Amino acid sequence: MANRWINRLTDKDVTDEAQYLNRRQIMGGAMAGLGLAGLGQGASAQEALTPNDYEDITQYNNYYEFGTGKGDPVKYAGSLTTTPWTVSIEGMVDKPGDYAFEDIMKAMTIEERIYRLRCVEAWSMVVPWNGFELADLLNMAGVQAGAKYVAFETAYRPEEMPGLRFPVLEWPYVEGLRLDEAMHPLTIMATGIYGKDIPNQNGAPLRLVVPWKYGYKSIKSVVRITLTDKQPPTSWNRAAPREYGFYSNVNPDVSHPRWSQADERPLGAGLFARRQPTLMFNGYEEEVAGLYEGMDLTANF
Amino acid sequence: MTGLIDTLNSLARRLPVWPVYLILAVPIPWFFYQGLNGGLGRDPVKGLEHLYGLWALRLLIAGLIITPLRRELGLNLLRFRRAIGVMTFIYVLAHLMVWAVLDVQTLSRVWADILKRPYITIGMAGFLCLVPLAATSNNWSLRKLGARWRKLHRLTYAAALLASLHFIWLAKGFQLEPLVYAAVILALLVYRMPHKRIRRRFLPG
Repeated sequence: MANRWINRLTDKDVTDEAQYLNRRQIMGGAMAGLGLAGLGQGASAQEALTPNDYEDITQYNNYYEFGTGKGDPVKYAGSLTTTPWTVSIEGMVDKPGDYAFEDIMKAMTIEERIYRLRCVEAWSMVVPWNGFELADLLNMAGVQAGAKYVAFETAYRPEEMPGLRFPVLEWPYVEGLRLDEAMHPLTIMATGIYGKDIPNQNGAPLRLVVPWKYGYKSIKSVVRITLTDKQPPTSWNRAAPREYGFYSNVNPDVSHPRWSQADERPLGAGLFARRQPTLMFNGYEEEVAGLYEGMDLTANF
Repeated sequence: MTGLIDTLNSLARRLPVWPVYLILAVPIPWFFYQGLNGGLGRDPVKGLEHLYGLWALRLLIAGLIITPLRRELGLNLLRFRRAIGVMTFIYVLAHLMVWAVLDVQTLSRVWADILKRPYITIGMAGFLCLVPLAATSNNWSLRKLGARWRKLHRLTYAAALLASLHFIWLAKGFQLEPLVYAAVILALLVYRMPHKRIRRRFLPG
């Protein structure tokens, strides 16, 4: 059931960055020329997106297991062993067990998805991910009736992750989604960027990407996925419940207690970059607003 | 040790003060130049904002450490303190300008943030403490104010406290660096406490 959400680029070829950008322009031109407007809102929402360059995406990271500086992950994440890698899928599933990364990759369909990334710190990027829909992985394990939430856990490797020496957060890093959020076609497990294997500092070998939520929801280097009927704890919510909620949907109308979320600084535009308004659900309102119908998004931030 | 201190003292007496202003001023345009040319990483606005802020905090500490150096080690750098103080103010001003002009970008938002966001309110209060200090950092004010000048310049202590709180408060999660700066500043302030008994309790030996 891959490809449920149509990106402007669905070509599955591994492309290098230059060709990638080049082809985007050609595709853009071709589509405009042919008047292919029928690709749906999602597709047209992507029209204006120009991905950040590879260096922005891979040299400016929040991955506190390798240090709190934005440049720490690229410096220290090289020490993370990513082969072999297994993901333990547990809880309310038909086929619980350790799934080898290669086996997962064999079973999944890899797509390119160009998504906005909005950090809770009010900066943003556009990232061309390669990955598969989380729904496909969950269906592979067989979600049992009664499961309501999905819990995720990052690798905990003190000998490979220098940041774990400091109690910045309670380790290991954990995250969670409601089952319908996890099954949504926009929700992917990313395994690549710009057609290359995802670098360690970005969460190798596979990490969650939930583009309508603040970046910290998109947990990196996942080793455990647990289906459960109870709302699982999430790291930032546990550290500061007043500041970070379970949902953490991008919402320009709900301020972080210490800063406004109304706008964001796009990275990669230098010292004089203009702020741009933050979009409701990070620009994916059309696709995901239905998940939260009738919910008070100020109380459930 | 005393030989070294004597040498340093006589050196400090002979050195002019203006190079201190110059040396401390050089990083300001240098950091800006680096920000323009990719030298401050992928987010030059935050990079510049943090660098100016961090240097301001370090200079605050440098200014506060001169008294204990003189009292405890006999090292007299008093004649450089005004330069350090004035340059602290310049760095805080640069920090504030980068934040307001390059980061927040709109005056109404700057104002809203100062009123609504405690860590910014605190930072701003710290800056306001430094304004009268910068304005009276000249011989004329020193003569004019007499004994009141010393009292006025105790505002440095408030500014240092506010600055370290500002730094702690803006960090995400439990981070070490702002706590280290706060500990150094606290130690330097406790050192100044009038009662020997309190001092002994906080600073053994």
